[in-house]
Amino acid sequence: MSNRADLDILQKWIRPNSRVLDLACGDGTLLKQLAHSRQVQGYGIENDRELIIAGLNNGINVIEQNINDGLNDFTDNSFDTVIMTQALQVMRRPDLVLEEMLRVGKQCVVTFPNFGNWRARWHLAVRGRMPVTKQLDLQWYNTPNIHFCTVRDFEVLCQEKGITILDNAMVSEQFPDRSLKQVCPNTFAETAIYHLSK
Amino acid sequence: MPESIPKNSVGLVTPQTMHFDTPLELDSGHTLNSYEMVYETYGELNADKSNAILICHALSGTHHAAGYHSMEDKKPGWWETCIGPGKPIDTNRFFVVCPNNIGGCHGSTGPNHINPETGKYWGPDFPPLRVRDWVRSQACLADKLGIDQWAAVVGGSLGGMQVMRWSLEYPERLRHAVVIASAMNLTAQNIAFNEVARTAIRSDDDFNDGYFLEKDTIPRKGLALARMVGHLTYLTDDLMGSKFGRELRTGDFERGAYNPVQFQVESYLQYQGEKFSGSFDANTYIMLTRVLDYFDLAREYNNDPVQAFSHAQCKFFVVSFTTDWRFSPERSQEIKNALISAGKDVSYAEIETPQGHDAFLLPIDSYIRVFNAYMQRIAGEIES
Repeated sequence: MSNRADLDILQKWIRPNSRVLDLACGDGTLLKQLAHSRQVQGYGIENDRELIIAGLNNGINVIEQNINDGLNDFTDNSFDTVIMTQALQVMRRPDLVLEEMLRVGKQCVVTFPNFGNWRARWHLAVRGRMPVTKQLDLQWYNTPNIHFCTVRDFEVLCQEKGITILDNAMVSEQFPDRSLKQVCPNTFAETAIYHLSK
Repeated sequence: MPESIPKNSVGLVTPQTMHFDTPLELDSGHTLNSYEMVYETYGELNADKSNAILICHALSGTHHAAGYHSMEDKKPGWWETCIGPGKPIDTNRFFVVCPNNIGGCHGSTGPNHINPETGKYWGPDFPPLRVRDWVRSQACLADKLGIDQWAAVVGGSLGGMQVMRWSLEYPERLRHAVVIASAMNLTAQNIAFNEVARTAIRSDDDFNDGYFLEKDTIPRKGLALARMVGHLTYLTDDLMGSKFGRELRTGDFERGAYNPVQFQVESYLQYQGEKFSGSFDANTYIMLTRVLDYFDLAREYNNDPVQAFSHAQCKFFVVSFTTDWRFSPERSQEIKNALISAGKDVSYAEIETPQGHDAFLLPIDSYIRVFNAYMQRIAGEIES
């Protein structure tokens, strides 16, 4: 992942000393940061062997599990915040994963690549090809990203499911967050960051 | 026999014996007035005694976890895959202690020793033990070795049960608990397998109600059968299929002739049974399976694993193997879930492998690598 500005931004929503579950935690970078900056008690879920080893090396709690199988092991409201960064689009059923996140966590933080970004649109509209960008650098046939959505798509899903959007932030290499939010984030945001509750 | 000792082995090792004169109060209400523990150590204890690792052995394990006793040894210690220079339990960084549990039959006080009060073999009259008794005796050994706090207590299967018990009985005396292919209690099926093993031993005429040493007999047939049943359950159908298939050792199926066959798998099981029956005490086997059956981590905590683990202070690493059907991944997940609910630090790895329960002893790459990553973290904490 080349651009992880999302990790810096979402930290402001995490309360000090809270319990955090990070789904698809990767090499544990975020949980390690949160342990230092927020003293959270964190657990990361991951099912990639190399990333699990990287997470162990990073000193975080890593749980090997496939999120697509649900979060049955976790009881309702057992975490203050459930986080999933840049992985919603990899899930078999992102909508069900969101439901599970909001069942297990009192609040959720989700970040995802915005498929409505102008670069993606340009690829599809002008070149007639599925977008391959710096952030999404794989071809349609070998990408793990199987469920893309735009900022607008995501907000429609939240509305349909009665999910409350507490806050959001938009990231792009060219534009700072404030101007992005005012000027059509659905077109200019590369990464969308949402803070949610039931 | 090793022609030369491999570089990543601890090499030649010599067991040591510690004698204890302070009586050991057992959970059964009995007291062992004095006892001995045989143990091996590998690596060097550092100046502040912070790099000590306790290895808890499983049913058929001993104090001989790594290295060779002599150049004539055919095989190294039982956990050679994981203990040694550059291995997960890295003897360049850790000081490793592995005792033979009391009640065992490889040197520590047990049924095949003389009861000093009667002058006869303990035999079946050796006091019944629980995991907690072992943990208590291991703590006494730690006292004698001057180790106030283990960097980690590590064990697989029945060894993992000891590790979990350590975390509750002496929470301040360990920083990490590594629980591999274990469970918080046995399932009915597991207890049933143990009862088959015990029945096999008891039904051997040479068992003599457990007084076989006095009668100068050994219930080898019963022990071998017990081991064969046990060993079977540590493997899997797939593994046995790929290892033996329907290969024949002797005989054939030619028509018009009768040449009785022996399948390779039969020969293998017979060999395992015979080997074991020549080196294990029948009373110890019966007692160890009882210890397994009785173990229930949360019994004294309202049968609530979360309440039980709330007493722990260490960090945990839990490992399971996908095809282990005696201590299945689900049983390890119960441990992991209870620890998370109790707010304890825990990492969990589920290793995909065809080897079944035996996997925890084998050099499986992904297992060794995650185990190594966790152990190096512990070493890093000590050295930073």
